[in-house]
Amino acid sequence: MRMKRVAAVAAAATLALGLAACGGDGESGGSGSKGLIGKAQNQKKLVIGVKADQPGLGLQTGSTYEGFDVEIAKIIAKGLGVEAGSIEWKTTVSANREPFIQQGTVDLVVATYTINDERKQKISFAGPYFIAGQDLLVNADSTLVGPEGLDGKTVCSVTGSTPAKRIQTEHPKAKLQQFDSYSKCLPLLENRKVDAVTTDDIILAGYAAQDQYAGKFKVVGKPFSSEPYGIGLKKDDKDGCEKVNEILKAAASDGSYKAAWDSTLGKSGKAAPELDTTKLTNCGSV
Amino acid sequence: MHVFADQTNLDAYVSGFLWILKLTGASTFFALVLGVLLAAFRVSPVPVLRGLGTAWVNIFRNTPLTLIIFFCYFGLFSTLGLSLSDDLNLNNYWLGVVGLSVYTAAFVCEAVRSGINTVPAGQAEAARAVGLTFFQTLRIVILPQAGRAVVAPLGSVLIALCKNATIVGTIGLIEASSVMKDLINSNGDAVIPIFLVFAGTFAALLIPTGYFFGWLANRLAVKR
Amino acid sequence: MSSTVLYDHPGPRARSRNAVLSVAFGVGLVVLLWWVYRKFDEAGQWEGQLWQPFTEPDTWTQFIIPGLRQTLLAAATGMLLSLAFGILFAVGRLSERWWIRVPSGIVVEFFRAVPLLLMIFFIFYGVPFLIQGPVSAFWSVVVGLTLYNGSVLAEAFRAGVRSIPTGQSEAAYAVGMRKSQVMQLILVPQAARAMLPVIVSQLVVLLKDTALGYIVAFPELLQRGVNDLSANYGNVVAAAIVVAAIYILINSLITMLAGWLDRRSSRRAYRAPKQNVRDSTPADGGTVGEPQG
Repeated sequence: MRMKRVAAVAAAATLALGLAACGGDGESGGSGSKGLIGKAQNQKKLVIGVKADQPGLGLQTGSTYEGFDVEIAKIIAKGLGVEAGSIEWKTTVSANREPFIQQGTVDLVVATYTINDERKQKISFAGPYFIAGQDLLVNADSTLVGPEGLDGKTVCSVTGSTPAKRIQTEHPKAKLQQFDSYSKCLPLLENRKVDAVTTDDIILAGYAAQDQYAGKFKVVGKPFSSEPYGIGLKKDDKDGCEKVNEILKAAASDGSYKAAWDSTLGKSGKAAPELDTTKLTNCGSV
Repeated sequence: MHVFADQTNLDAYVSGFLWILKLTGASTFFALVLGVLLAAFRVSPVPVLRGLGTAWVNIFRNTPLTLIIFFCYFGLFSTLGLSLSDDLNLNNYWLGVVGLSVYTAAFVCEAVRSGINTVPAGQAEAARAVGLTFFQTLRIVILPQAGRAVVAPLGSVLIALCKNATIVGTIGLIEASSVMKDLINSNGDAVIPIFLVFAGTFAALLIPTGYFFGWLANRLAVKR
Repeated sequence: MSSTVLYDHPGPRARSRNAVLSVAFGVGLVVLLWWVYRKFDEAGQWEGQLWQPFTEPDTWTQFIIPGLRQTLLAAATGMLLSLAFGILFAVGRLSERWWIRVPSGIVVEFFRAVPLLLMIFFIFYGVPFLIQGPVSAFWSVVVGLTLYNGSVLAEAFRAGVRSIPTGQSEAAYAVGMRKSQVMQLILVPQAARAMLPVIVSQLVVLLKDTALGYIVAFPELLQRGVNDLSANYGNVVAAAIVVAAIYILINSLITMLAGWLDRRSSRRAYRAPKQNVRDSTPADGGTVGEPQG
């Protein structure tokens, strides 16, 4: 008797394992063929990947997400005819954005996603909707004025990220402490175990503006790179990409872009940037 | 295999596994010393020491290693200001060794304690009868016999320690798993060969180690 | 052998010596803890604003409890699958047919030797390229846990089956049972009962290992309770202390359950040896459990 039960559990478990391994195949296939616009029209819902741990851009507070990226995602969803309530948010980390898009886990990624050629080989970018630049976050009393002062200093960044790699190649004398998220760098900066935290200025500004760090940190304000933030979507989806660019253009002129900024990052007092619609991508017409 | 034809990638691979070996080496030493000491505490006549041993085992054995390593960095180093080296990587390395050692010591302690339990009571009674003190009994009579019985479980603990060394990557030491992550991110087309090389290296290191400990345990086993 | 055999019943001198040692170590310990407390205080770690989030219900309902639920769900699913995997491969390794025995052996040895971190990472980022579809963070963690813990359990089961007195299977053969019947009806049920404490203590290992899921953004206790929570409030150390306490509490309960089952099964007539040292292969298991992250 007992053995039969054990065998049944074993069989059920093996079956579940098998199902899990091939699960998800079907759902991505159907929607992928019709592209982003098709999915938005037919299903009236979208899955959008955002960051969960970046204050001001994409921060998960309980079950909801908030931030500039999230607002931009809502504008795009609205332009595609999908209500904000029908968006399924998915947490992405830097390392899984391309796989998520390629495998159809998400329809769009709006997650401080820098447009570059390496990524363009795997996915398409719409946008950019914002131009960030790598900068340094330091203690309020720090004398550090730019990356050239980093020699012999300790800098904190995320393992394998573009900012971390840039420090390694362009400032090899700086000591680099790497973690899996920027939020771990901040207590170290507070305790003065690192001299600076480096990544895109907009992300740093988001952290500096958090209540618990109010007045403690400052962003140096001398960006030493240009990071155009794009909206990632499937590589072959040219129509979807062009549609997203149209929506961004409209958002720039009807004030919803500025409203998105003002309700999130704008709270720190920084004026909304101008969305330069002439710089939008040609959607992969290589 | 084109990934490993690149000299930079090859160097990263080698240095990743060197960190794993260095972490395993130093942590094995400290975990063994600490673990045996804790086991002695747990069987000692002094209640406070027994309590300390028990508390140590219960706390460290029940906390995920990721959190322990995390505490070593944010607690010991960042908050308590305990800096173990001026070099950033070496400091992270030693903090990792501390975390791995205190965690593994709990398992060594339990292995040794169960080894002590395999020694027949008559042995200790005889030792006491000839007038040996607690520490003499433990050092001369019990531990040498228990040692033979714990070779196999200690082998498993050591193997687990080597695998656990990958977790030190979470505080920024670029060990094997971090290297693999980096290589996979930049070589999406060669994910499988990259994994097979890294997993294969671990298997090549650890499977023979396992058989060696099995053989050693068999050889040293006390025939009763 | 109980530890009291190791020393004589303390006389007056031994008692006073033990008391002195107790006080000396006790004071040392208190001083150390006080020093840690002071240092944390200097660093402002006890400041109200770092701990205040934990008095708000939102912190628990939005971060910690959902995270804990995912942790428990992953651990429970992983345990069921590990048991299935363990039984399957233990029986496989005990097979008389080499073409079943050898592959089972290779699978078990391989997955015991590969760090879980590597496995989870590969399943999450590598397997999608093989099956041409996404693998969720949950399943990467659960499958990773299953392959590793299932292999450990397979070895424990095998040691358990081999430790059953040969008279049992001989008697079964004598009444005319086939090999598969002997295995199913006689050996596995007895081994499974004897291995119950090992299975439960492996659950502790499994539960702790789910914490590695945060590397693929699986929203378990460590990810939600430490990483996401501290991104909101900037209280990394405080959050880690709270989360560690939760892990310790749950795992202590499971360990106590394992101890109770161990005592209960040892009262029964038959009992498997904790560690079969005479086994020529590197068998582990035993109540020591395998330390994993």
